[in-house]
Amino acid sequence: MKVRVLYFASLREKLGRDLEEVELAEGATVAGLLALLRARGGAWAEALAEGRPVRAARNQDMAKPGTPLAAGDEVAFFPPVTGG
Amino acid sequence: MKILVGSADFDAGAEIRALARASRGVGAVASFVGLVRDANEGDTVGAMTLEHYPGMTEKSIAEIVGEAQNRWQIADATVIHRVGTLRPGDQIVLVVVASAHRGDAFEACEFIMDYLKTRAPFWKKEATGTGERWVEARASDDAAAARWDEDGQSDRKR
Repeated sequence: MKVRVLYFASLREKLGRDLEEVELAEGATVAGLLALLRARGGAWAEALAEGRPVRAARNQDMAKPGTPLAAGDEVAFFPPVTGG
Repeated sequence: MKILVGSADFDAGAEIRALARASRGVGAVASFVGLVRDANEGDTVGAMTLEHYPGMTEKSIAEIVGEAQNRWQIADATVIHRVGTLRPGDQIVLVVVASAHRGDAFEACEFIMDYLKTRAPFWKKEATGTGERWVEARASDDAAAARWDEDGQSDRKR
């Protein structure tokens, strides 16, 4: 299944990408998607390393590592927010 | 509920008057205006650029205002948040809450700001004399938002 992945702020700059489509196995979770991205190595392994403060949203709602994904989902990764 | 996210500046006085007139039974309006500071962490800030996640931003602010409506007796609220490049002294954010009595208006206004700072997808980048840098999230902002969930603070509500 395919999901749309978005990156924001410092993460977007570190990864040099703001948007892509990623092919995932059925039943994948946010954590599974992160592991797949991390396995690309380089900036991906560094910026998305375990323990880094990376937040995720699924279809524009905050998501947790265990949040399941479905085909066509919009998943976003970003650093902790700093508005206001 | 009025929620605006965009680059345009706002007139806090006009927003306050509009909100006060839009609902019946309003006896109090509390408001907060956030500004771009001219210094942060010891450095002079020349400009600040705000990035956001279009769609999720408006949705998350609507959820925060909805939660305030569940917790306090409020008539209506307006939230305006600017994005793009701003200069020191520029207005960034406006929260206006109208209610029958001041207690609900004050608390709901502070709650909306505390939650907005930790839950709405905005990110600030500062330009200082030494270059650009992303503003780091503050633990004090998380603590400010978390206190609304603490048992010891629950009697502050209502």
